[in-house]
Amino acid sequence: MLSMIGKRLMFAIPSLIGVVIVTFLLTRALPGDPAAYFAGPAATKEAVEQIRKKLGLDKPLIEQFYRYTNDLAHGDFGNSLTTGQPVATEIRNRLPASAELTLLGLIVSIVIAIPLGVLAATRPGSWIDHLCRVTTTAGVSLPVFFTGLVLVYVFYFRLGWSPAPLGRLDVFYSAPPTVTGFYLIDTLLARDVEAFRSALSQLILPATTLAIFSLAPIARMTRASMLAVLASDFVRTARASGLSPTTVIVTYAFRNAMLPVVTTLSMVFSFLLGANVLVEKVFAWPGIGSYAVEALISSDFAPVQGFVLTMAVMYVLLNLVIDILYGVIDPRVRLEG
Amino acid sequence: MKRRDFLKSVSGLAAGAALPAVPQVVSSAYADARSETLLIVSEGGPNNLDIHGVGTNVPGYEVSWNCYDRLISHEMKTGPGGVPYYDRDKFKGELAEDFRIDDKSVTFKLRKNAKFHDGTPVTAKDVKWSLDRAVSVGGFPTFQMSAGSLTKPEQFVVIDDYTVRVDFLKKDRLTIPDLAVIVPCIVNSELVKKNSSEKDPWGLEFTKQQTAGSGAYKVTKWTAGTEVIMERNDDWVCGPLPKIKRVIWRMVPQAGNRRALLERGDADISYELPNKDFQEMKANGKLNVVSLPFSNGIQYIGMNVTKPPFDNPKVRQAVAYALPYQKIMDAVMFGLANPMFGAPRDKPTEVAWPQPHKYNTDMDKAKALMAEAGYAGGFETTISFDLNFAGVNEPLCVLVQESLAQIGIKATINKVPGANWRTELNKKEMPLFTNVFSGWLDYPEYFFYWCYHGNNSVFNTMSYKSAEMDKFIDGARTAAAAGDTAAYDADVKGFVDLAYTDIPRIPLYQPFVNVAMQKNISGYQYWFHRRLDYRAMAKG
Repeated sequence: MLSMIGKRLMFAIPSLIGVVIVTFLLTRALPGDPAAYFAGPAATKEAVEQIRKKLGLDKPLIEQFYRYTNDLAHGDFGNSLTTGQPVATEIRNRLPASAELTLLGLIVSIVIAIPLGVLAATRPGSWIDHLCRVTTTAGVSLPVFFTGLVLVYVFYFRLGWSPAPLGRLDVFYSAPPTVTGFYLIDTLLARDVEAFRSALSQLILPATTLAIFSLAPIARMTRASMLAVLASDFVRTARASGLSPTTVIVTYAFRNAMLPVVTTLSMVFSFLLGANVLVEKVFAWPGIGSYAVEALISSDFAPVQGFVLTMAVMYVLLNLVIDILYGVIDPRVRLEG
Repeated sequence: MKRRDFLKSVSGLAAGAALPAVPQVVSSAYADARSETLLIVSEGGPNNLDIHGVGTNVPGYEVSWNCYDRLISHEMKTGPGGVPYYDRDKFKGELAEDFRIDDKSVTFKLRKNAKFHDGTPVTAKDVKWSLDRAVSVGGFPTFQMSAGSLTKPEQFVVIDDYTVRVDFLKKDRLTIPDLAVIVPCIVNSELVKKNSSEKDPWGLEFTKQQTAGSGAYKVTKWTAGTEVIMERNDDWVCGPLPKIKRVIWRMVPQAGNRRALLERGDADISYELPNKDFQEMKANGKLNVVSLPFSNGIQYIGMNVTKPPFDNPKVRQAVAYALPYQKIMDAVMFGLANPMFGAPRDKPTEVAWPQPHKYNTDMDKAKALMAEAGYAGGFETTISFDLNFAGVNEPLCVLVQESLAQIGIKATINKVPGANWRTELNKKEMPLFTNVFSGWLDYPEYFFYWCYHGNNSVFNTMSYKSAEMDKFIDGARTAAAAGDTAAYDADVKGFVDLAYTDIPRIPLYQPFVNVAMQKNISGYQYWFHRRLDYRAMAKG
């Protein structure tokens, strides 16, 4: 199995090289001149040129690319101009924030969507099937920023149940020492129960927002896949053999229906991680999505390249994990190179 | 992992994921911290803590202003609505306890008890090094220094440990005011030199991440794009000890949430909200909303005078008669601006800037002027704006587009992304556009020098060139330096009149700086840089 994983990783290298080249060229093709932007509102032509020189943007493209790849090889992603920090540090600090939020959102979503999908599939046409259809349609048709704003308006502004949407922790708590970067885990490791509560209460609304949005694909996929499996021969045989409905559904049908659901989960996870920009904006969440978008708006090359590269690596790893999971769920699926 | 184990662990995970509802915990330590802390929420945060850095953004200026001292600063006076307002003409010592100005130079005596945050005393060599740095690093700081004729390190002379002389290159009324802006801040030279390198002789990389000044506050934590935490410097001697112990400045990108945070009482101060929100908050009276005009600032419609059809003054006047001024004031600004149009016919020109022009919305006159110019059938053009300020610019351009259509000008709206806006301005090819200019130094000739002079700076967005105009502007600068009031007044009136007859740019209004704060916050001061000065603020 290890050699299989190694082989898979080898195959990922050409795609990563492709990603490096394409992002480099794309960022250069963006409209806007970073030198003029960062020279400030009052800059003269000479000032703009001075900045351009300082940023190394006066060099030919091929030399810029050589320097970029050389830095990459040394683990240096460059410096962001908008935030003034090294990109690698920023991504390392921000990725856990996004990942924690996305994972929690996904877990909430799974906990609701999978039972809902299973129930809808076992009783097609019943009220629970309709409920499933209505919630998922509603969830996916509401734009995330809208859901987020409504939740903030109701639970923070009107009712005051939720804490102020000010990022990962209440302003008067200090962040726990970084171990995993996940505040929920780090606060517990630091035995700081108050900070844990604060971190959790800050997470509830944004995680719910993400969960509402991602309900639809998971629930629908579970339902469809369960329906297909329930109609198959082996389920009929199991039923005919007199097994209890619970055993049939949970042990036989559900496990066999999991494959497409797991695929969907991986898609949803990677999609959420990159695309929860709007949720991050609404909740002032210091995540990786808002970072990338701000960089894009100001033609700040280094963070955009760093972001795309990180995402590409995450995709490769995630796909690998999913492939391994296939083998675990269904022994007939073998990990092939 | 066996697949049975895996399935078990999955169901275990699902069971453990049920979320308990968590009430917010308020401990007593938390309440104490609140009363001495100022919580500011704004859209953007600093990208660099040093104003001398490469591409430091405007929020970075606020950090510099509060964490560094300058030799001199402005006195306060009472401004519009009783709000404390910086006094353009009166200076007081900050790091300098005394200063004397003569014809050729100004001499500063430094406070002997002033110390940097690390405890080293502030001496003349720090002043010299910092000013040398400001005129040498290039980019914005050097440009700003040159606006006050401060360009060469030789101008800054150390006399003894606590005395510094600044020599004038030429007589310029803006030299002293330019020493009181944010840029000439005094930096801890020994500390920064220790952390500089051959590639970075001025230690910009070091001061980007931490403050190395003597100011009333110091940055104790900065997470770019998320928050800045500043603590009071209890050893500050350049003024009365500030009342606020700690400033927490959080970035909240969503304007609606900033308003919610204010109205719920969780945040103390915010700015950068939409005009409509400010107007509503003003009306409901739960918060203090301070609105003051930008000093020396105007939002305008500009026209490129080098190319037809806007090279024809008649066309420009026609546009000036066709703009929907009042509609813009009501529907875009919600009244939060000073109108810069429709002065009475017989009103004499004042020696002041900004001042309203005499154009008003008058479609018949506009149509007549278009016909006179030979454009009775109208023409097509594009109107461009900066998407970074889309909240104001977009509705404004839509209104302008509608009005221009009535005199036959078909304008297509061109939205320029913020990153690209300055490049576009520099190219000077946009035929019609809206923009804001405001100068730190509040003098008419300063505004006109950048915006109308034939040396065609980046702010002369219209590429306007007129020998007569240059004569007025240069005349006013010379007269101001020489203190010749009569000549100065005549020249200022001259360039204002000419700018309004030739009308290459049409002023719309003078925008307001809006700041909303809780009722228990006092001590807000208006500064030329329009950012907050925490030193005077108090809570409770």
